[in-house]
Amino acid sequence: MTAIDIGLPGLTGVPTTDEKQTARDYKSDQEVRWCPGCGDYIVLNTMQSFLPSLGLKRENIVFVSGIGCSSRFPYYMNTYGMHSIHGRAPAIATGLAVARPDLSVWVVTGDGDALSIGGNHLIHTLRRNVNLKILLFNNRIYGLTKGQYSPTSEPGKVTKSTPIGSVDHPFNPVSLALGAEASFVGRALDSDKAGLTSVLRQAAEHRGSALVEIYQNCPIFNDGAFDVLKDADEAQRRIIHVVDGEPIRFGREGEYCVVREGFGLAVAKSADVDASDIVVHDASDLNLSFALSRLSTQDLTHTVTGVFRRADRTTYDDGVRAQVDEAKASKAADLSKLLHGKDTWTVVG
Amino acid sequence: MSTETRKLDRVVIRFAGDSGDGMQLTGDRFTSEAAAFGNDLATQPNFPAEIRAPQGTLPGVSSFQLHFADYDILTPGDRPDVLVAMNPAALKANVVDLPDGGILIVNTDEFSKRNLTKVGYDSNPLEDDSLERFQVHKVAMATLTIGALEETGLGKKDAERAKNMFALGLLSWMYHRPTEGTERFLREKFAKKPDIAEANVLAFRAGFYYGETTEAFAVTYEVAPAKLNVGTYRQITGNTATAYGIVAAGQLSKLPIVLGTYPITPASDILHELSKHKNFDITTVQAEDEIAGIGIALGASYGGAIGVTSTSGPGIALKSETIGLGVMTELPLLVIDVQRGGPSTGLPTKTEQADLLQAMFGRNGESPVPIVAPQSPSDCFDAVVDATRIALKYRTPVLFLSDGAIANGSEPWMIPDVETLPDLTVEFATDPENFQPYSRDPETLARPWAVPGTPGLQHRIGGLEKQDITGNISYDPENHDKMVRLRQAKIDGIEVPDVVVEDPDGNAKVLVVGWGSSYGPIGAAARRVRKLGLPVAHAHLRHLNPFPKNLGDVLKSYEKVIVPEMNLGQLALLLRAKYLVDAVSYTKVQGLPFKAEELQDVLADVIKGVSA
Repeated sequence: MTAIDIGLPGLTGVPTTDEKQTARDYKSDQEVRWCPGCGDYIVLNTMQSFLPSLGLKRENIVFVSGIGCSSRFPYYMNTYGMHSIHGRAPAIATGLAVARPDLSVWVVTGDGDALSIGGNHLIHTLRRNVNLKILLFNNRIYGLTKGQYSPTSEPGKVTKSTPIGSVDHPFNPVSLALGAEASFVGRALDSDKAGLTSVLRQAAEHRGSALVEIYQNCPIFNDGAFDVLKDADEAQRRIIHVVDGEPIRFGREGEYCVVREGFGLAVAKSADVDASDIVVHDASDLNLSFALSRLSTQDLTHTVTGVFRRADRTTYDDGVRAQVDEAKASKAADLSKLLHGKDTWTVVG
Repeated sequence: MSTETRKLDRVVIRFAGDSGDGMQLTGDRFTSEAAAFGNDLATQPNFPAEIRAPQGTLPGVSSFQLHFADYDILTPGDRPDVLVAMNPAALKANVVDLPDGGILIVNTDEFSKRNLTKVGYDSNPLEDDSLERFQVHKVAMATLTIGALEETGLGKKDAERAKNMFALGLLSWMYHRPTEGTERFLREKFAKKPDIAEANVLAFRAGFYYGETTEAFAVTYEVAPAKLNVGTYRQITGNTATAYGIVAAGQLSKLPIVLGTYPITPASDILHELSKHKNFDITTVQAEDEIAGIGIALGASYGGAIGVTSTSGPGIALKSETIGLGVMTELPLLVIDVQRGGPSTGLPTKTEQADLLQAMFGRNGESPVPIVAPQSPSDCFDAVVDATRIALKYRTPVLFLSDGAIANGSEPWMIPDVETLPDLTVEFATDPENFQPYSRDPETLARPWAVPGTPGLQHRIGGLEKQDITGNISYDPENHDKMVRLRQAKIDGIEVPDVVVEDPDGNAKVLVVGWGSSYGPIGAAARRVRKLGLPVAHAHLRHLNPFPKNLGDVLKSYEKVIVPEMNLGQLALLLRAKYLVDAVSYTKVQGLPFKAEELQDVLADVIKGVSA
């Protein structure tokens, strides 16, 4: 395979094409079968519109998914794809990424798939920093099994399996990923095409595991879960969009800002604080990224979007490949010699 | 005084001590000496699951049995002729296996009142008459070792730790073994600690000279080299042979190997071994769990490598769903199961053959997979190459059923000429013209292996039922029925060699059928009953799914079929169901291999019953 450096570390080694691509090229011939109004449609369209801009050979892109509504995603992409088993997509994608440096490998998963049944694989993939882009569609509900609470559902959630309310405490997926020392963590809203595209682009460019949490509406079993973020006025007060290197302000005309408080961060009115006290986002600072993740509350009083963390760290797949390459360069693959070992004896006739 | 030298055709020695006494190393070294001398041999380590059980207790006893001979032998031996017991616990745990008249060499230094009480001896067996049936040699090994190392300046505790080498030296003298190899080995092993290396060499020599100079031992023994087939040999364990077979399969197919695995007894040595051979384009990934291990392997196979996962029974249980995905996506995958005692955590360091039905049926839905089982430590090499052939040619997960006995046991292996090994190269799909992901090779029924990166072959696969030919999702009832039968037909049609029946007399009425690691004891038992004038035929199955095509005819041509297994009759169940033969089970699940002697009795009874 040709390794071509296109200046995007995350895609080094993946062959490119000069052929012009459009979103249509990425649509498969399969009929999309999500429910009408599902947020998954918007994410699919955004992905199909975004991928041509990378200019990669389509056959070198692979989508691997687990089980759940979002995991049907690969069927609709005209790339290579595997719809695998519940929770295991990060493991299968790890094997593929280790074996094939010439592929751009994407994992599509949901809150149940990634955080419940597949929680172990998720944290270990992030810890190892395998060069995978993981899209976590978080709709805070189990959709495919028809409406049970998920590991991101709010406490007290009334569902088919919790008729008097859930007593589970939910995960904050971004905090979890940062706890596993993920080298890239971002968040976007399904409905925010520009914001989602921006995070996807930065994820694709990053070399290493990238976790992108996408707030996604399930119109059937958890409709309106993120509506407060989609109302223009509410969104102004609630969404804290962060950009690396920039002071963290949000609201109309930067009405609000983020300042330090104790060991963490807090929201303040910009007018009430000295400009120099406004926190400047540094995506390479794990502690700051984590503190930012804690500003996002389950009730969405505030939620942070954008790229929390982006840090350079050797990827697992590059690391193991380097060991194999070094071994191959320094020692011939002499099978007969290996089989003989050190101690042999010969029986003669 | 001159010692008498007796010639023997075979000897079984068992070294037994505390798990911290270095008995495995001692046994291993004696094995290498026997191999270097040219004997045929077979070994059987037996150690506790705990790394260091409380010192001096029965659960902490570790032993290593070695059988060496001047002819080709099949097993590590039923009972020791010589037992070396390093402490009261080792004596108590092992002396029941020593036949009357057997040689017992005891390290007397450990026989304190406290140690005796610890294992329930009311009186010291070295002082009462309880051991009078044996030829007992009482040797103060620790004291003698410390004495021999006095001038090295080594502390008493460190010096005492070399007593296993003293025992090895003594035994090496008794059996006229070459010693250069062990001295060289010790110097290499402790290269970074030259004083320890020297101490071990001195202790080894002290044991040797002790035998030579004291008058305690009136007899020494010689076992002449065996007349093995012409060739170059080495000693090899089953796990090493398995790992080498995987390396070879990669070279023969010209494909990279990706091992995704999780440490588990008794399979971990396959990971350890393969991780040393990255120069053969081998990547080893120690995953976060068993499921990730096989997921990584399957992902690598999807990418065009040979995906391999290695585990034991509990790991197979966790991997079942991914094996099913491999069946559905029809990708090559090698699944190594080094069986151990079960169920659940069971007996991690002991052997059993009780995963056959799990391998055969342990998945949801109709999910057939080929099963290959090696019959001895060295046979793991050929068997795993064959398992890979099946995986690649038929695009399917293959279950490889080794077990604890052959994984850790060792024997001489005639090293094959690599030029004679089979060609395993495959063709990837590359032609976009009329490409269909689930079209099939008319001969093998395998689907194309179309790996990501191939232009024009973009397609989607997954665990949902596939439409025939296109591979698109299909819930159509007729299609599902067709696909279930197609997947079954593909596995049923796998080419495997006919089973060979060993019946030197040619007039046997009784057939003994075995599989896997019981080859040695069954073969040895068959030889014994034939010597008694009782003809018996032996068929040993390497391929458990599909069975060899001639198996039905073979079974039906004998009056009686007996199936010894280290489970409760799993192969017998399959044979009875498939061939309607009245196969009789003989079963044992003690975590230890069959003894040739017990199978001899079982076979003799059956043969006499048929003749009568």
